[in-house]
Amino acid sequence: MPPLFPERASTIAARVDALYFFLLAIAIFFGLLIAGLIVYYAVKFHRRSPSAVGARIHGGMVLEVTWTVVPLLITMVIFVWGASVYFAMAHPPDETLNIYVVGKQWMWKFQHLDGQREINELHVPVGRAVKLITTSEDVIHDFFVPAFRVKADVLPGRYVTIWFQPTRPGRYHLFCAEYCGTRHSGMIGEVVVMEPNEYETWLSGGAAEGSLASAGAKLFQDLACNTCHRPDAQGRGPMLEGLFGKTVTLQSGETVTVDEAYVRESILTPSAKITAGFQPIMPTFQGLVTEEQLLALIEYVKSLQAQPQVTAK
Amino acid sequence: MSTVLLPPRHYLNDGYGVRSWLLTRDHKRIALLYLAGVTFFFFIGGAMAVLIRLELATPPGDLVTDETYNKLFTMHGVMMVFFFLIPVIPSVLGNFLVPIMIGAKDLAFPKINLLSWYIYVVGGLFTLYALISGGLDTGWTFYTPFSTVASTTNVIPAALGIFITGFSSILTGLNFIVTIHRMRAPGMTWFRMPLFLWSTYATSLINVLGTPVIAITILLVAAERVFHFGFFNPAVGGDPVLFQHLFWFYSHPAVYIMVLPAMGVVSELVAAGCRKPVFGYSFVAFASLAIAVLGFLVWGHHMFVAGESVYSALIFSILSFLVAIPSAVKVFNWTATMYQGAVSWETPMLYAYGFIGLFTIGGLTGLFLAAIGVDVHVTDTYFIIAHFHYIMVGGTIMGYLGGLHYWWPKMSGRLYNEGLAKLSAGIIFIGFNLTFFPQFVVGYLGMPRRYHAYPPEFQVLNVLSSAGASILGVGYLIPMVYLMWSLRYGRLAGSNPWGAVGLEWTTSSPPPTENFTETPRVTWDAYEYPASVETDVA
Repeated sequence: MPPLFPERASTIAARVDALYFFLLAIAIFFGLLIAGLIVYYAVKFHRRSPSAVGARIHGGMVLEVTWTVVPLLITMVIFVWGASVYFAMAHPPDETLNIYVVGKQWMWKFQHLDGQREINELHVPVGRAVKLITTSEDVIHDFFVPAFRVKADVLPGRYVTIWFQPTRPGRYHLFCAEYCGTRHSGMIGEVVVMEPNEYETWLSGGAAEGSLASAGAKLFQDLACNTCHRPDAQGRGPMLEGLFGKTVTLQSGETVTVDEAYVRESILTPSAKITAGFQPIMPTFQGLVTEEQLLALIEYVKSLQAQPQVTAK
Repeated sequence: MSTVLLPPRHYLNDGYGVRSWLLTRDHKRIALLYLAGVTFFFFIGGAMAVLIRLELATPPGDLVTDETYNKLFTMHGVMMVFFFLIPVIPSVLGNFLVPIMIGAKDLAFPKINLLSWYIYVVGGLFTLYALISGGLDTGWTFYTPFSTVASTTNVIPAALGIFITGFSSILTGLNFIVTIHRMRAPGMTWFRMPLFLWSTYATSLINVLGTPVIAITILLVAAERVFHFGFFNPAVGGDPVLFQHLFWFYSHPAVYIMVLPAMGVVSELVAAGCRKPVFGYSFVAFASLAIAVLGFLVWGHHMFVAGESVYSALIFSILSFLVAIPSAVKVFNWTATMYQGAVSWETPMLYAYGFIGLFTIGGLTGLFLAAIGVDVHVTDTYFIIAHFHYIMVGGTIMGYLGGLHYWWPKMSGRLYNEGLAKLSAGIIFIGFNLTFFPQFVVGYLGMPRRYHAYPPEFQVLNVLSSAGASILGVGYLIPMVYLMWSLRYGRLAGSNPWGAVGLEWTTSSPPPTENFTETPRVTWDAYEYPASVETDVA
């Protein structure tokens, strides 16, 4: 017997299913009500002579109001319920295990902070909130894990975050759910949910190249970013230590929060949002850094927050 | 029953040459030209669906290549949406009925009406050429930046074909709006009009207001593809999600372009099938207008997972629930109309039952999609495919076939074989449900749409769906046969074979070219039945 209902392997899945069953009950009730009335009336009032006509009934205000207001109230209940589930999906908890995801035609690339890289397979521990920071190298993709009831478009030029908390170890389908070209249906993989100790073992097995932030630090030197972005506030560019998550004032007087998207934009289109007090002298790195290198640089900038002393020399 | 003769002079014997058809300005002949056009494109789109379902009978992609599969579902969607579902009821039934139902001789702009048909045919053949000579693999949705940067197929020719065809929708819509405003017979007030005209009017408003937006969007896609302007491609400063806003701003209302006319048809079928007034006439009439207006404000519900902000998602969610209300009101009113009716079991009414049942399922599953928390899981899966096929195939095509059977005696002057017609209505209903109901289940399981190959645990449900599709295909072919057959061998219909009221049943079958020998004067409300009726069948 093939499955008729999907596995449930995340904290949000039960909430989605509860609303789904409520909707199913409403749909079955009204579906049977209408079908039942149609069949009943079709039989009971079946035309018995060729010249027969129906009763002259033109309508009834009480009925009209009833079947306008009752569905309206029911739909408002569904709206609030659906919105609350969505709020939970949209707001990850403060403490998350962060993993970067890059989609491209036609594969999923995962970058763990400790340095492990995976393709089309994502290992995560059970019981911890996982936050994916996703982007695409080319067209729009979509990260979909049915067992988690989680789905979001993965957009080029933007960082979309997705979060879930797995509740059961196992291997679960990962699908690309936004049509992305010839091998769209081959852009699939698996999310492997592991017991925490197994996950630790797996984690310590892979990383050969050091953490993602250290890869970013090396890149920061290789691209000579450190000649201007110096830790001593004497550079020609803003000091990056402690910058991530802060709000900075721009030349235009506007303010902007330093998040992944702003760091990315500042590397690719430096002149777009100049910090007040600095000259627009930074060259663009458009075409010089890949999406994955950008993620390493972002992670490096993030890491500068905790330990302002550890800087590229 | 009296002996029925064909009228000596009617629109079908008013000239037999090719020129008398291709240069006609008679709205009834143009309706038949459209009938030929939409039927042609329907069977092309249908053939693609057959190949898609054959491929999906087995999990691996083994019948056609992935590239071919992507072109098949694109072609299926483009043909069915733009060249069948959007034009079908307004262009065939609307063209035939709008002037007759208001007691006019023709539409306000007969030459523009013919021009609309030529634009439709040119656009259709252009697109067909683009699809055959290399194909298109973007899906009917043309999402950027895939369509503007990555796809190597015939994006521009296909887009231009759709662009051209849009003008046909705009002109037809304009023609209907002006005709309904200006050409009603003496005494035919707005609230005496048949409900089909209210829904045709609402549809025409959407056509006139919405179609230019998709036309502009298509031009932007073409401009980005050819000149590399950065509208949608983030690599050159564009926003890929902007395309989706523009696209759905038209394409969501387009859903109502497809289903509102079918709702109008069903109001006529239910009234005639029960021989009594539609319950809550003015509620049904205003529900059409409410749907047309609200339909423009819900496009964002296609984009809950597309990177839309949390708060705009909430707004679009609540508006989507609101647009469900007028549809529900209509369903309740149709059902209530049956109470104490003289309820018929003839073919048109069978289609009306089918429409109400299937549209109800389509509408109720729409609530699942408006609830954002559930939509996140089911969007872009087969749940969506099932939902919109219940609306468009279960709704629009059931309404269209019901209307075609109801007005066929008027259009042709002859009756079809009632037994075969009932049989095929039953086959279509069963085939439809077998095709699309399993897709709700496999969609909630997580099978994404537009997948050429899929995991083996989804196979049983897909096989059921493919089996249903083959039944549905047979169901669609049978009417082709008996309707054609009836043109020559069918019994003569007489002017009013159903014993229905409405101006179209007061003139001969087929009607004369000028519709009425003298302009009718209307002194009665729609669906006002006498104490008993006489049917007029040979």
